[in-house]
Amino acid sequence: MMNAIDVHMLIRLIIAVVAAMAWVGINALVLVYCERKFAGHIQRRPGPFEVGPHGILQPLADGLKLMGKQLFRPAGADAFLFWLAPMLSLLPVLLLFLPIPYGPMLTAMNVSLGILLILAFSSLNVLALLLAGWSSNNKWGILGAARAVSQSVAYEIPLLLSVLAVTFMTGSFNLSAISTSQGAWPWQWNLMAQPLAFFIYLVSAFGETNRAPFDLAEAESELTAGFHTEYSSMGFGLFFMAEYAYMVVVCSVCTVLFLGGFRGPVADGWWWFLAKTYALLFLMIWVRWTYPRVRFDQLLNINWKWLLPLAVFNLLATAFVMKL
Amino acid sequence: MAAPDEVVPPEIPASGQHAIQPPVVKAKPVQAILDLCRSMSLWPMTFGLACCAIEMMATGMARFDLARFGAEVFRPSPRQSDVMIVAGTVTKKMAPAVVRLYEQIPAPKWVIAMGNCAISGGPFKIKENYNVIEGVDTLIPVDVYVPGCPPRPEGLLEGFFQVQRLITGKRWWPVAEEVQG
Repeated sequence: MMNAIDVHMLIRLIIAVVAAMAWVGINALVLVYCERKFAGHIQRRPGPFEVGPHGILQPLADGLKLMGKQLFRPAGADAFLFWLAPMLSLLPVLLLFLPIPYGPMLTAMNVSLGILLILAFSSLNVLALLLAGWSSNNKWGILGAARAVSQSVAYEIPLLLSVLAVTFMTGSFNLSAISTSQGAWPWQWNLMAQPLAFFIYLVSAFGETNRAPFDLAEAESELTAGFHTEYSSMGFGLFFMAEYAYMVVVCSVCTVLFLGGFRGPVADGWWWFLAKTYALLFLMIWVRWTYPRVRFDQLLNINWKWLLPLAVFNLLATAFVMKL
Repeated sequence: MAAPDEVVPPEIPASGQHAIQPPVVKAKPVQAILDLCRSMSLWPMTFGLACCAIEMMATGMARFDLARFGAEVFRPSPRQSDVMIVAGTVTKKMAPAVVRLYEQIPAPKWVIAMGNCAISGGPFKIKENYNVIEGVDTLIPVDVYVPGCPPRPEGLLEGFFQVQRLITGKRWWPVAEEVQG
Protein backbone atom coordinates (compact mmCIF):
# COMPACT_ATOMS: atom_id res chain seq x y z
CA MET A 1 0.00 0.00 0.00
CA MET A 2 1.35 3.38 -0.96
CA ASN A 3 0.19 6.27 1.11
CA ALA A 4 -0.18 9.84 -0.10
CA ILE A 5 3.33 10.89 0.94
CA ASP A 6 4.94 8.08 -1.07
CA VAL A 7 2.95 9.03 -4.16
CA HIS A 8 3.90 12.63 -3.65
CA MET A 9 7.59 11.66 -3.36
CA LEU A 10 7.35 9.47 -6.45
CA ILE A 11 5.83 12.21 -8.61
CA ARG A 12 8.43 14.64 -7.31
CA LEU A 13 11.24 12.21 -8.20
CA ILE A 14 9.89 11.55 -11.69
CA ILE A 15 9.62 15.27 -12.40
CA ALA A 16 13.13 15.78 -11.03
CA VAL A 17 14.64 13.02 -13.18
CA VAL A 18 12.92 14.32 -16.31
CA ALA A 19 14.13 17.81 -15.49
CA ALA A 20 17.64 16.43 -14.96
CA MET A 21 17.49 14.75 -18.38
CA ALA A 22 16.45 18.03 -20.01
CA TRP A 23 19.15 19.84 -18.06
CA VAL A 24 21.81 17.36 -19.24
CA GLY A 25 20.68 17.73 -22.86
CA ILE A 26 20.53 21.52 -22.77
CA ASN A 27 23.90 21.71 -21.05
CA ALA A 28 25.48 19.42 -23.63
CA LEU A 29 24.23 21.65 -26.46
CA VAL A 30 25.24 24.89 -24.77
CA LEU A 31 28.64 23.62 -23.68
CA VAL A 32 29.52 22.14 -27.07
CA TYR A 33 28.75 25.50 -28.63
CA CYS A 34 30.68 27.39 -25.94
CA GLU A 35 33.61 25.02 -26.18
CA ARG A 36 33.98 25.40 -29.94
CA LYS A 37 33.36 29.13 -29.85
CA PHE A 38 35.87 29.62 -27.02
CA ALA A 39 38.41 27.43 -28.80
CA GLY A 40 37.95 29.59 -31.87
CA HIS A 41 38.39 32.88 -30.07
CA ILE A 42 41.37 31.61 -28.07
CA GLN A 43 43.01 30.66 -31.38
CA ARG A 44 42.04 34.01 -32.98
CA ARG A 45 39.36 32.67 -35.30
CA PRO A 46 35.59 33.06 -35.10
CA GLY A 47 34.71 29.41 -34.50
CA PRO A 48 31.33 28.07 -35.75
CA PHE A 49 29.75 31.02 -37.50
CA GLU A 50 27.59 30.18 -40.51
CA VAL A 51 25.16 27.54 -39.22
CA GLY A 52 22.53 29.80 -37.72
CA PRO A 53 23.38 33.32 -36.52
CA HIS A 54 26.90 33.13 -35.07
CA GLY A 55 26.69 29.38 -35.42
CA ILE A 56 24.23 28.78 -32.60
CA LEU A 57 22.55 25.92 -34.46
CA GLN A 58 25.89 24.08 -34.79
CA PRO A 59 25.45 21.69 -31.82
CA LEU A 60 21.92 20.88 -33.00
CA ALA A 61 23.23 19.95 -36.45
CA ASP A 62 25.97 17.84 -34.85
CA GLY A 63 23.50 16.03 -32.62
CA LEU A 64 21.09 15.20 -35.44
CA LYS A 65 23.95 14.10 -37.65
CA LEU A 66 25.27 11.77 -34.95
CA MET A 67 21.79 10.26 -34.61
CA GLY A 68 21.59 9.73 -38.37
CA LYS A 69 24.93 7.96 -38.62
CA GLN A 70 25.41 4.24 -38.89
CA LEU A 71 25.59 2.45 -35.56
CA PHE A 72 28.53 0.14 -35.69
CA ARG A 73 29.92 -2.68 -33.59
CA PRO A 74 33.23 -4.39 -34.41
CA ALA A 75 32.97 -8.11 -35.18
CA GLY A 76 35.03 -9.20 -32.18
CA ALA A 77 33.31 -6.94 -29.67
CA ASP A 78 31.18 -8.19 -26.81
CA ALA A 79 27.74 -7.02 -27.95
CA PHE A 80 26.07 -6.70 -24.56
CA LEU A 81 28.88 -4.86 -22.80
CA PHE A 82 29.63 -2.78 -25.87
CA TRP A 83 26.13 -1.27 -25.90
CA LEU A 84 25.82 -1.22 -22.11
CA ALA A 85 28.88 0.99 -21.62
CA PRO A 86 27.61 4.29 -23.13
CA MET A 87 24.30 3.96 -21.32
CA LEU A 88 26.04 3.15 -18.06
CA SER A 89 28.14 6.25 -18.60
CA LEU A 90 25.17 8.59 -19.01
CA LEU A 91 22.44 7.16 -16.79
CA PRO A 92 24.02 7.63 -13.31
CA VAL A 93 24.49 11.30 -14.16
CA LEU A 94 20.74 11.88 -13.86
CA LEU A 95 20.92 10.77 -10.25
CA LEU A 96 23.77 13.15 -9.52
CA PHE A 97 21.65 16.20 -10.28
CA LEU A 98 19.01 15.30 -7.67
CA PRO A 99 20.72 16.36 -4.40
CA ILE A 100 22.21 19.58 -5.81
CA PRO A 101 20.56 22.72 -4.36
CA TYR A 102 20.00 25.17 -7.19
CA GLY A 103 18.21 27.64 -4.98
CA PRO A 104 16.99 27.99 -1.39
CA MET A 105 13.90 25.88 -2.20
CA LEU A 106 15.06 24.33 -5.45
CA THR A 107 16.36 20.87 -4.53
CA ALA A 108 14.90 17.68 -5.97
CA MET A 109 15.95 15.49 -3.06
CA ASN A 110 17.20 17.11 0.12
CA VAL A 111 19.19 14.10 1.35
CA SER A 112 21.40 14.40 4.39
CA LEU A 113 24.26 12.53 2.68
CA GLY A 114 24.01 14.36 -0.64
CA ILE A 115 27.71 14.81 -1.28
CA LEU A 116 28.38 11.13 -0.52
CA LEU A 117 25.62 10.14 -2.97
CA ILE A 118 27.22 12.21 -5.70
CA LEU A 119 30.71 10.86 -5.04
CA ALA A 120 29.47 7.26 -4.92
CA PHE A 121 27.46 7.33 -8.13
CA SER A 122 29.94 9.41 -10.11
CA SER A 123 32.39 6.53 -9.67
CA LEU A 124 30.18 4.41 -11.92
CA ASN A 125 31.51 6.39 -14.86
CA VAL A 126 34.91 4.74 -14.43
CA LEU A 127 33.26 1.34 -14.76
CA ALA A 128 31.54 2.49 -17.95
CA LEU A 129 34.81 3.67 -19.47
CA LEU A 130 36.52 0.39 -18.52
CA LEU A 131 33.68 -1.64 -20.06
CA ALA A 132 33.78 0.47 -23.21
CA GLY A 133 37.50 -0.02 -23.69
CA TRP A 134 37.42 -3.67 -22.70
CA SER A 135 34.45 -4.76 -24.78
CA SER A 136 35.37 -3.03 -28.03
CA ASN A 137 38.19 -5.53 -28.66
CA ASN A 138 40.62 -2.83 -29.68
CA LYS A 139 44.12 -2.25 -28.37
CA TRP A 140 43.65 1.53 -28.27
CA GLY A 141 40.37 1.01 -26.46
CA ILE A 142 41.83 -1.13 -23.70
CA LEU A 143 44.87 1.14 -23.28
CA GLY A 144 42.60 4.17 -23.00
CA ALA A 145 40.37 2.36 -20.53
CA ALA A 146 43.36 1.33 -18.39
CA ARG A 147 44.51 4.94 -18.32
CA ALA A 148 41.04 6.22 -17.50
CA VAL A 149 40.74 3.82 -14.57
CA SER A 150 44.16 4.46 -13.06
CA GLN A 151 43.65 8.19 -13.46
CA SER A 152 40.15 8.32 -12.01
CA VAL A 153 41.01 6.05 -9.08
CA ALA A 154 44.06 8.17 -8.30
CA TYR A 155 42.34 11.54 -8.53
CA GLU A 156 39.31 10.45 -6.54
CA ILE A 157 41.36 10.34 -3.33
CA PRO A 158 42.50 13.99 -3.16
CA LEU A 159 39.03 14.99 -4.39
CA LEU A 160 37.43 13.14 -1.48
CA LEU A 161 39.90 14.54 1.02
CA SER A 162 39.30 18.12 -0.10
CA VAL A 163 35.54 17.60 0.11
CA LEU A 164 36.03 16.12 3.57
CA ALA A 165 37.87 19.24 4.72
CA VAL A 166 34.79 21.33 3.87
CA THR A 167 32.43 18.92 5.59
CA PHE A 168 34.65 19.10 8.70
CA MET A 169 34.01 22.84 8.79
CA THR A 170 30.29 22.61 8.13
CA GLY A 171 29.64 19.44 10.10
CA SER A 172 27.23 18.20 7.45
CA PHE A 173 27.13 16.17 4.25
CA ASN A 174 23.95 17.95 3.21
CA LEU A 175 24.59 20.20 0.23
CA SER A 176 21.85 22.66 1.20
CA ALA A 177 23.29 22.96 4.69
CA ILE A 178 26.76 23.56 3.26
CA SER A 179 25.34 26.28 1.00
CA THR A 180 23.47 28.07 3.76
CA SER A 181 26.45 27.85 6.14
CA GLN A 182 28.29 30.29 3.85
CA GLY A 183 27.65 34.01 3.59
CA ALA A 184 26.47 36.03 0.65
CA TRP A 185 29.71 37.86 -0.08
CA PRO A 186 32.82 36.24 -1.58
CA TRP A 187 34.89 36.74 1.58
CA GLN A 188 32.33 34.68 3.50
CA TRP A 189 32.61 31.69 1.20
CA ASN A 190 34.48 28.49 1.99
CA LEU A 191 36.94 29.46 -0.72
CA MET A 192 38.48 31.95 1.74
CA ALA A 193 38.75 29.44 4.59
CA GLN A 194 39.85 26.53 2.38
CA PRO A 195 41.86 27.89 -0.56
CA LEU A 196 44.09 24.81 -0.67
CA ALA A 197 41.12 22.45 -0.68
CA PHE A 198 39.55 24.50 -3.48
CA PHE A 199 42.71 24.24 -5.56
CA ILE A 200 43.04 20.50 -4.94
CA TYR A 201 39.38 19.97 -5.75
CA LEU A 202 39.70 21.90 -9.00
CA VAL A 203 42.80 20.03 -10.18
CA SER A 204 41.31 16.68 -9.22
CA ALA A 205 38.11 17.63 -11.01
CA PHE A 206 40.06 18.02 -14.24
CA GLY A 207 41.51 14.55 -13.64
CA GLU A 208 38.16 13.03 -12.73
CA THR A 209 36.36 14.33 -15.80
CA ASN A 210 39.20 13.36 -18.17
CA ARG A 211 39.49 16.94 -19.35
CA ALA A 212 42.61 18.45 -20.87
CA PRO A 213 45.34 18.83 -19.69
CA PHE A 214 44.52 15.45 -18.10
CA ASP A 215 42.66 13.89 -21.05
CA LEU A 216 45.12 11.01 -21.25
CA ALA A 217 42.33 8.49 -21.70
CA GLU A 218 41.50 9.84 -25.14
CA ALA A 219 44.87 11.24 -26.17
CA GLU A 220 44.52 11.21 -29.94
CA SER A 221 48.22 11.52 -30.67
CA GLU A 222 48.98 8.15 -29.11
CA LEU A 223 45.68 6.31 -28.58
CA THR A 224 43.50 7.28 -31.59
CA ALA A 225 40.46 8.09 -29.46
CA GLY A 226 41.06 5.94 -26.38
CA PHE A 227 38.12 4.07 -24.94
CA HIS A 228 35.61 5.37 -27.51
CA THR A 229 37.73 4.52 -30.57
CA GLU A 230 35.20 1.97 -31.85
CA TYR A 231 32.05 3.91 -31.03
CA SER A 232 30.23 5.63 -33.85
CA SER A 233 27.02 7.60 -33.96
CA MET A 234 25.19 8.04 -30.65
CA GLY A 235 27.42 5.53 -28.86
CA PHE A 236 30.05 8.20 -29.09
CA GLY A 237 27.38 10.87 -28.57
CA LEU A 238 26.36 9.41 -25.21
CA PHE A 239 29.95 9.38 -23.97
CA PHE A 240 30.24 12.96 -25.09
CA MET A 241 27.04 14.01 -23.31
CA ALA A 242 28.15 12.14 -20.20
CA GLU A 243 31.48 13.95 -20.21
CA TYR A 244 29.77 17.33 -20.34
CA ALA A 245 27.22 16.27 -17.74
CA TYR A 246 30.01 15.23 -15.37
CA MET A 247 31.67 18.57 -15.95
CA VAL A 248 28.45 20.29 -14.91
CA VAL A 249 28.12 18.08 -11.82
CA VAL A 250 31.72 18.67 -10.77
CA CYS A 251 31.36 22.42 -11.21
CA SER A 252 28.00 22.47 -9.41
CA VAL A 253 29.47 20.63 -6.43
CA CYS A 254 32.46 22.96 -6.45
CA THR A 255 30.06 25.92 -6.43
CA VAL A 256 28.18 24.50 -3.46
CA LEU A 257 31.26 23.52 -1.49
CA PHE A 258 33.50 26.51 -2.06
CA LEU A 259 31.65 29.35 -3.77
CA GLY A 260 28.58 29.67 -1.59
CA GLY A 261 26.16 27.79 -3.85
CA PHE A 262 23.02 29.85 -4.35
CA ARG A 263 24.16 32.48 -1.83
CA GLY A 264 25.13 35.78 -3.36
CA PRO A 265 24.96 39.54 -2.89
CA VAL A 266 21.55 41.30 -3.04
CA ALA A 267 19.36 38.19 -3.36
CA ASP A 268 19.97 34.45 -3.00
CA GLY A 269 18.74 32.26 -5.82
CA TRP A 270 19.39 29.99 -8.74
CA TRP A 271 20.82 32.89 -10.77
CA TRP A 272 23.88 33.04 -8.54
CA PHE A 273 24.22 29.27 -8.66
CA LEU A 274 24.10 29.21 -12.47
CA ALA A 275 26.49 32.16 -12.82
CA LYS A 276 29.09 30.54 -10.56
CA THR A 277 28.74 27.10 -12.14
CA TYR A 278 29.11 28.49 -15.62
CA ALA A 279 32.08 30.60 -14.58
CA LEU A 280 33.78 27.38 -13.43
CA LEU A 281 32.77 25.59 -16.64
CA PHE A 282 34.27 28.40 -18.71
CA LEU A 283 37.42 28.09 -16.62
CA MET A 284 37.59 24.38 -17.54
CA ILE A 285 37.17 25.19 -21.23
CA TRP A 286 39.75 27.95 -20.98
CA VAL A 287 42.28 25.59 -19.38
CA ARG A 288 41.62 22.94 -22.01
CA TRP A 289 42.45 25.22 -24.91
CA THR A 290 45.45 26.80 -23.18
CA TYR A 291 47.54 24.02 -21.69
CA PRO A 292 49.12 21.07 -23.51
CA ARG A 293 48.47 17.54 -22.36
CA VAL A 294 50.73 16.18 -19.61
CA ARG A 295 52.56 12.84 -19.85
CA PHE A 296 51.06 9.92 -17.99
CA ASP A 297 53.85 9.61 -15.44
CA GLN A 298 53.62 13.36 -14.82
CA LEU A 299 49.87 13.01 -14.36
CA LEU A 300 50.25 10.35 -11.68
CA ASN A 301 53.22 12.12 -10.09
CA ILE A 302 51.18 15.31 -9.66
CA ASN A 303 48.56 13.28 -7.89
CA TRP A 304 50.52 10.91 -5.65
CA LYS A 305 53.45 13.20 -4.84
CA TRP A 306 51.71 16.56 -4.52
CA LEU A 307 47.92 16.54 -4.38
CA LEU A 308 47.53 13.61 -2.01
CA PRO A 309 50.06 14.77 0.67
CA LEU A 310 48.74 18.33 0.40
CA ALA A 311 45.15 17.12 0.78
CA VAL A 312 46.05 15.02 3.83
CA PHE A 313 47.94 17.93 5.35
CA ASN A 314 45.01 20.24 4.65
CA LEU A 315 42.58 17.81 6.24
CA LEU A 316 44.72 17.41 9.37
CA ALA A 317 45.17 21.16 9.65
CA THR A 318 41.41 21.68 9.29
CA ALA A 319 40.68 19.07 11.93
CA PHE A 320 43.24 20.64 14.28
CA VAL A 321 41.84 24.15 13.84
CA MET A 322 38.26 22.94 14.25
CA LYS A 323 39.15 21.18 17.51
CA LEU A 324 41.05 24.15 18.87
CA MET B 1 55.44 -0.07 -62.66
CA ALA B 2 52.74 2.54 -62.45
CA ALA B 3 49.22 1.55 -61.59
CA PRO B 4 47.74 0.67 -64.95
CA ASP B 5 44.85 2.75 -66.16
CA GLU B 6 42.53 -0.22 -66.54
CA VAL B 7 42.53 -0.58 -62.74
CA VAL B 8 40.03 2.29 -62.65
CA PRO B 9 36.62 0.66 -62.63
CA PRO B 10 34.48 2.68 -65.05
CA GLU B 11 31.36 2.17 -63.01
CA ILE B 12 32.58 4.16 -60.00
CA PRO B 13 29.94 6.87 -59.62
CA ALA B 14 31.08 10.46 -59.69
CA SER B 15 29.42 11.04 -56.36
CA GLY B 16 29.91 8.27 -53.87
CA GLN B 17 27.30 7.66 -51.22
CA HIS B 18 25.48 10.87 -50.60
CA ALA B 19 22.12 9.14 -50.87
CA ILE B 20 21.62 6.25 -48.46
CA GLN B 21 19.42 3.53 -49.92
CA PRO B 22 17.02 2.88 -48.34
CA PRO B 23 16.78 6.23 -46.51
CA VAL B 24 16.98 6.21 -42.72
CA VAL B 25 13.67 8.04 -42.42
CA LYS B 26 10.97 7.58 -45.02
CA ALA B 27 9.38 11.01 -44.57
CA LYS B 28 10.77 13.49 -47.06
CA PRO B 29 10.94 16.67 -44.90
CA VAL B 30 12.63 14.74 -42.08
CA GLN B 31 15.14 13.38 -44.54
CA ALA B 32 15.77 16.90 -45.83
CA ILE B 33 16.45 18.17 -42.31
CA LEU B 34 18.74 15.21 -41.61
CA ASP B 35 20.63 15.86 -44.83
CA LEU B 36 20.96 19.52 -43.95
CA CYS B 37 22.38 18.61 -40.54
CA ARG B 38 24.78 16.15 -42.16
CA SER B 39 26.02 18.75 -44.59
CA MET B 40 26.52 21.30 -41.81
CA SER B 41 28.55 19.04 -39.56
CA LEU B 42 31.06 17.28 -41.78
CA TRP B 43 33.67 15.95 -39.41
CA PRO B 44 36.90 15.14 -41.26
CA MET B 45 39.34 12.47 -40.25
CA THR B 46 42.70 13.49 -38.78
CA PHE B 47 44.68 12.08 -41.61
CA GLY B 48 47.25 13.57 -43.97
CA LEU B 49 49.61 11.93 -46.41
CA ALA B 50 51.90 14.64 -47.76
CA CYS B 51 52.33 18.36 -48.27
CA CYS B 52 48.63 18.95 -49.06
CA ALA B 53 48.00 18.11 -45.41
CA ILE B 54 49.83 21.32 -44.49
CA GLU B 55 47.30 23.29 -46.54
CA MET B 56 44.54 21.27 -44.89
CA MET B 57 45.87 22.35 -41.48
CA ALA B 58 46.09 25.94 -42.70
CA THR B 59 42.41 25.68 -43.63
CA GLY B 60 41.62 24.91 -40.02
CA MET B 61 43.73 27.76 -38.68
CA ALA B 62 42.89 31.38 -37.97
CA ARG B 63 42.97 32.93 -41.44
CA PHE B 64 40.57 30.56 -43.20
CA ASP B 65 38.89 28.74 -40.32
CA LEU B 66 37.07 25.62 -41.38
CA ALA B 67 35.21 25.91 -38.07
CA ARG B 68 32.93 28.60 -39.50
CA PHE B 69 31.13 25.86 -41.43
CA GLY B 70 31.16 23.40 -38.54
CA ALA B 71 33.81 21.17 -40.08
CA GLU B 72 36.72 21.75 -37.71
CA VAL B 73 36.06 18.68 -35.57
CA PHE B 74 38.91 16.54 -36.87
CA ARG B 75 38.12 13.17 -35.35
CA PRO B 76 41.06 10.86 -34.65
CA SER B 77 38.93 7.72 -35.03
CA PRO B 78 37.43 6.84 -38.43
CA ARG B 79 34.32 5.55 -36.64
CA GLN B 80 33.31 9.08 -35.79
CA SER B 81 34.28 10.92 -38.95
CA ASP B 82 32.19 11.71 -42.03
CA VAL B 83 34.67 13.04 -44.54
CA MET B 84 37.97 11.58 -45.61
CA ILE B 85 40.29 14.20 -47.04
CA VAL B 86 42.95 12.33 -49.01
CA ALA B 87 45.53 15.08 -48.74
CA GLY B 88 48.66 14.04 -50.55
CA THR B 89 50.43 11.38 -52.54
CA VAL B 90 49.08 7.86 -52.08
CA THR B 91 51.97 5.44 -52.39
CA LYS B 92 51.53 1.74 -53.00
CA LYS B 93 52.68 1.08 -49.48
CA MET B 94 50.06 3.46 -48.08
CA ALA B 95 47.22 2.26 -50.28
CA PRO B 96 46.01 -0.63 -48.07
CA ALA B 97 45.89 1.68 -45.07
CA VAL B 98 43.88 4.28 -47.01
CA VAL B 99 41.40 1.65 -48.16
CA ARG B 100 41.08 0.24 -44.66
CA LEU B 101 40.46 3.67 -43.16
CA TYR B 102 37.82 4.34 -45.78
CA GLU B 103 36.12 1.06 -44.98
CA GLN B 104 36.19 1.81 -41.28
CA ILE B 105 34.12 4.99 -41.63
CA PRO B 106 30.46 4.23 -40.97
CA ALA B 107 27.94 5.37 -43.56
CA PRO B 108 27.19 8.05 -44.70
CA LYS B 109 30.70 9.02 -45.77
CA TRP B 110 32.31 11.23 -48.35
CA VAL B 111 35.78 11.47 -49.82
CA ILE B 112 37.59 14.59 -50.97
CA ALA B 113 40.65 13.98 -53.13
CA MET B 114 42.81 16.97 -52.34
CA GLY B 115 45.63 17.95 -54.66
CA ASN B 116 46.93 16.66 -57.96
CA CYS B 117 48.68 13.63 -56.43
CA ALA B 118 45.49 12.29 -54.91
CA ILE B 119 43.55 13.04 -58.09
CA SER B 120 45.85 11.55 -60.67
CA GLY B 121 49.34 11.05 -59.33
CA GLY B 122 50.18 14.64 -60.19
CA PRO B 123 53.92 15.26 -60.74
CA PHE B 124 54.58 11.57 -60.07
CA LYS B 125 52.63 10.41 -63.11
CA ILE B 126 55.78 9.73 -65.09
CA LYS B 127 57.23 6.69 -66.78
CA GLU B 128 59.85 6.04 -64.09
CA ASN B 129 57.27 6.08 -61.33
CA TYR B 130 57.01 2.73 -59.60
CA ASN B 131 55.38 3.37 -56.25
CA VAL B 132 52.66 6.00 -56.56
CA ILE B 133 48.97 5.21 -57.03
CA GLU B 134 47.85 7.37 -59.92
CA GLY B 135 44.64 8.72 -58.47
CA VAL B 136 43.04 7.66 -55.21
CA ASP B 137 39.82 6.99 -57.14
CA THR B 138 41.44 3.78 -58.32
CA LEU B 139 41.09 2.61 -54.71
CA ILE B 140 38.01 4.25 -53.22
CA PRO B 141 35.06 6.22 -54.64
CA VAL B 142 35.83 9.93 -54.60
CA ASP B 143 33.07 12.53 -54.34
CA VAL B 144 34.89 15.81 -54.81
CA TYR B 145 38.21 16.57 -56.50
CA VAL B 146 40.11 19.65 -55.37
CA PRO B 147 42.88 20.33 -57.90
CA GLY B 148 46.04 22.25 -57.16
CA CYS B 149 49.61 21.53 -56.17
CA PRO B 150 48.79 22.02 -53.38
CA PRO B 151 45.34 23.62 -53.52
CA ARG B 152 44.89 26.84 -51.60
CA PRO B 153 42.82 26.64 -48.40
CA GLU B 154 40.01 28.42 -50.27
CA GLY B 155 40.06 25.48 -52.65
CA LEU B 156 39.54 22.98 -49.84
CA LEU B 157 36.74 25.12 -48.43
CA GLU B 158 35.14 25.09 -51.88
CA GLY B 159 35.54 21.31 -51.84
CA PHE B 160 33.58 21.19 -48.60
CA PHE B 161 30.87 23.36 -50.17
CA GLN B 162 30.68 20.91 -53.04
CA VAL B 163 30.22 18.03 -50.60
CA GLN B 164 27.42 20.03 -48.99
CA ARG B 165 25.93 20.51 -52.45
CA LEU B 166 26.12 16.76 -53.07
CA ILE B 167 24.22 16.09 -49.86
CA THR B 168 21.57 18.79 -49.98
CA GLY B 169 21.52 19.70 -53.68
CA LYS B 170 22.26 23.33 -52.91
CA ARG B 171 25.31 25.55 -52.61
CA TRP B 172 24.77 27.35 -49.34
CA TRP B 173 27.31 30.12 -49.38
CA PRO B 174 27.80 33.12 -51.69
CA VAL B 175 30.39 32.88 -54.44
CA ALA B 176 33.37 35.19 -54.06
CA GLU B 177 33.54 38.04 -56.55
CA GLU B 178 36.23 37.91 -59.15
CA VAL B 179 38.83 40.56 -58.45
CA GLN B 180 40.34 42.36 -61.45
CA GLY B 181 44.03 43.20 -61.61
